[in-house]
Amino acid sequence: MVELTLPKNSKVQQGKTWPKPDGATNLREYRIYRWSPDDDKNPSVDTYFVDLDDCGPMVLDALLWIKNKVDPTLTLRRSCREGICGSCAMNIDGANTLACTKGMDDISGAVKVYPLPHMPVVKDLVPDLTVPYAQLTSIDPYLKTVSPEPAKEWLQSHEDRQKLDGLYECILCFCCQTSCPSYWWNGERYLGPAVLLQAYRWLIDSRDEATGERLDNLEDPFRLYRCHTIMNCAQTCPKGLNPAKAIAEIKKMMVERRV
Amino acid sequence: MSKTTATRARPLSPHLTIYKPQITMTMSIIHRITGGALYFGTLLVAWWLIAAATSQEYFDFVSWIYGSWIGRLVLFGYTWALMHHMMGGIRHLVWDTGAGLEKQTASKIAWATLVASVVLTILIWVAGYMARGA
Repeated sequence: MVELTLPKNSKVQQGKTWPKPDGATNLREYRIYRWSPDDDKNPSVDTYFVDLDDCGPMVLDALLWIKNKVDPTLTLRRSCREGICGSCAMNIDGANTLACTKGMDDISGAVKVYPLPHMPVVKDLVPDLTVPYAQLTSIDPYLKTVSPEPAKEWLQSHEDRQKLDGLYECILCFCCQTSCPSYWWNGERYLGPAVLLQAYRWLIDSRDEATGERLDNLEDPFRLYRCHTIMNCAQTCPKGLNPAKAIAEIKKMMVERRV
Repeated sequence: MSKTTATRARPLSPHLTIYKPQITMTMSIIHRITGGALYFGTLLVAWWLIAAATSQEYFDFVSWIYGSWIGRLVLFGYTWALMHHMMGGIRHLVWDTGAGLEKQTASKIAWATLVASVVLTILIWVAGYMARGA
């Protein structure tokens, strides 16, 4: 259901303003969502000042600069720092993206950083992604075949391989998943853009032999059809993919198999 | 003494209030709102028709309400809601074929529905006033 306000324990309060670094002249203001399971406080937004003369250009650089130099309790996920692992997905300047590939220069004013929207928060910028992972598991994201295994690999024409372009690049950062208002309101029943893009990736794979079974699994008013083409997914994907288009293609497959 | 991690409920991260409005998202919400407004607008049309079928006096009374400045404002809003919902419907029809879903195209189409709905509404009212000659 549509909820316009946050639950009582989730309301965001005014947080602490941390001191400016000594002697720094080139400062950038950061407003970062904080919540800790170790006290009884509500979430808050803390204000930090980053010394740009001492820090890399990306938002992740600034977050790690804060963690290293100002406040070691700031908690976030990161790993590859080059946009391929998907760990540092978060809401930056009002849209979901990867902190490691988002340049601070692209943002005007104070940089606002929140965890991925409408998710349970483990701590600070770390969301609990248990539900989307379970949803991914539910679509069987692997090759399913009934034919006898070939002696070597399953072969595919160049044309069939090209159909996977724009799908296989997904790194499962869940930026799109958590940008979708339909997923916010029906996240327990609607599979969401990231999971449906994966579903389409296997539906369109010429080597996969479970297409009918996969479509049966998606034929449901909630699992697939809660997509209302709001398009936040395509607008926000840090890899430039288009989950909305993949979902439209699944809907077309549903119609085509009936005629 | 604070509760342990296992028992303390995790907060829900902020969503609608912190997400920067995207044009496709905004047009989607307006499509829903105008869809709801059309129910109300249909009641206005129904009331007008019922009045016409009732008596000359009652019809004149309802026409007087619709003709007042506030009545015209509501009818203008209804016209816009109808036009916007129609343009949104056409947009969805195009999207259902799988076309126009690329990020830039989708944004352009969303802007186009907004502009087209305003232009059509104004045209309809200009045509209406010209036809009445008032």
